[in-house]
Amino acid sequence: MTTGERVKSTVTHLLLIFGVLLSIFPFYWMFLMATRTTPEIFRYPPALVPGSHLLENIRNVFASIDFWGSTWNSFLVAGITTVLVLFFSSLAAFAFAKFDFPGKNVLFIFLLATFMVPGQLSIVPQFAIMAQLGWVGTLQALIIPGAVSAFGIFLLRQYAEGAISSELLDAARIDGCGFLRQYWNVAVPLLRPALAFLGIFTFIGQWNDYLWPLIIMINPEQLTLQVALSQLFGVYATDFSMVMAGTLLAVIPLLIVFFIGARQFLADLAAGALKQ
Amino acid sequence: MTTTPIAAPEKATPPPATPTKISRRRELLSLYLAISPFYILFAIFGVFPIVFSIYLSFQNWDGIGDMQFVGFAQYQFLLSDPQFWKVLLNTFQIWIISTIPMLAIALVVAFLLNQQIRAKGSYRIAYFIPNVTSIVAITLIFGSIFSNQFGLVNAFLEWIGVEPVQWLTEPWPIKIAVAAIVIWRWMGYNALIYLAGLQAIPNDLYDAARVDGASWVQVFFRITVPMLRPIILFTVITSTIGGLQLFTEPQLLLGNAGGPGSEGQTISLYLYQQAFTLNDFGYGAALSWAMFIVIILFSIINWRLVQGTGTRGLRIRRGARS
Repeated sequence: MTTGERVKSTVTHLLLIFGVLLSIFPFYWMFLMATRTTPEIFRYPPALVPGSHLLENIRNVFASIDFWGSTWNSFLVAGITTVLVLFFSSLAAFAFAKFDFPGKNVLFIFLLATFMVPGQLSIVPQFAIMAQLGWVGTLQALIIPGAVSAFGIFLLRQYAEGAISSELLDAARIDGCGFLRQYWNVAVPLLRPALAFLGIFTFIGQWNDYLWPLIIMINPEQLTLQVALSQLFGVYATDFSMVMAGTLLAVIPLLIVFFIGARQFLADLAAGALKQ
Repeated sequence: MTTTPIAAPEKATPPPATPTKISRRRELLSLYLAISPFYILFAIFGVFPIVFSIYLSFQNWDGIGDMQFVGFAQYQFLLSDPQFWKVLLNTFQIWIISTIPMLAIALVVAFLLNQQIRAKGSYRIAYFIPNVTSIVAITLIFGSIFSNQFGLVNAFLEWIGVEPVQWLTEPWPIKIAVAAIVIWRWMGYNALIYLAGLQAIPNDLYDAARVDGASWVQVFFRITVPMLRPIILFTVITSTIGGLQLFTEPQLLLGNAGGPGSEGQTISLYLYQQAFTLNDFGYGAALSWAMFIVIILFSIINWRLVQGTGTRGLRIRRGARS
């Protein structure tokens, strides 16, 4: 390396590290506040090292909201939705990618067109429909409308076209496999990387959803974690350290899910964006 | 598996083992069943609500009692509603002060990440973390960082000798605070999308520039930016759609009314307030249509702008090369 290159590389790293610090800092700040008492937080100058009140703050969170109940609700909603999305989307994507049937192109273009419709366009009547169905305040109101995703079908179809060889399907057909057996025994194993990406993506999206659960979950004991957190903030706005302890607890599961799938996730995300 | 010897020669001829009409019909049935869940759910929770929301936007309805037909009076009211124009302007202002810096920084970060450096994978993960964390959590954290009296930002300003700012009560500071959350959350996401685009640019272009002795800045503006045009368009459109639907950040930071003087109330937040806290469902539906039209208009304008400047740039480059 010449001196010029070394300087350039050092400058690049310094700039990038500065960006990383800005990306990470709010998490560190959250952690700091979660370990201190509220009066300590409001002291000037602000302390930049952790305190010793983390457990106490966490105990206060548990006393103020039904933390485990709302976490369980979030987990159920995100988990069931993810399984349904993966199943229905891969089934449809496989049919679109590898088979011919009358109306296929028109149906697929229609599916793509639904990308353009913003969710908030139909949010008011959706609430009315849920009220008619008697689903207001139930978990299925959060799960069912999102059980298949056009994005998921699109993504898996793109992937399936390359990943599933037609010869393999022909062989399965000759062995007497019907559509479902071909789907389950041939397509699903080959689609696994794309399914992993879609699964993480869907789970995180559902876990973080706020507007729809806020509208539909009307009783305090049925809240999802995000809505419960927001209530914690609304009622105990002055007890920042406790709010931050709750926030910390709510962020950890997501970070774990993300770190498990991070590399796969980032590679596929970039690839998906380019194809669009 | 005992059939393998018989099946093997058949493999050369494409038609399936039993090409009868019945088996084809059964296959078609399973294919249509396989794609049907999306269409059924979209019909119930997508198409029907959209049609219903057109109908609803011509009615006055509190969600419980009878609907009352008001026709275009609803839209006349909307167009003469000062609060509608106010929230439209707010949304637009927040969108501008978040999207432009966000995409500009993202482009620079992507450019840096595309250099020949070590630890690329770790950088990518670090830059993506803000995007996967809960918006609710993040807004609460930023709420404390921007807090008027004891917030970290004000502590910092005081430390460097600048007057503290009333972040959550003054018109522009409110918008800057909301925009800061948006930028923080989406910068890395856009940077990674740009990075993917950059990696598709052939290396010889950079090599040629290096041979010609081009500087960093020249490479960035003469090669990186023009080559990324379609991807920049993609990110501009997605951030327009996202930005015009902004809800969680202002709602949590400032409440349903969007803070003092409604300075932080966005269209989405106004829609939520009208429909779900004031039970004016008809007006909520009309607002959602207004929002839809604004999103479409903005997307077209953006598409025109980015596409337009892009082709001009391309022509100049072609001219320069010949």
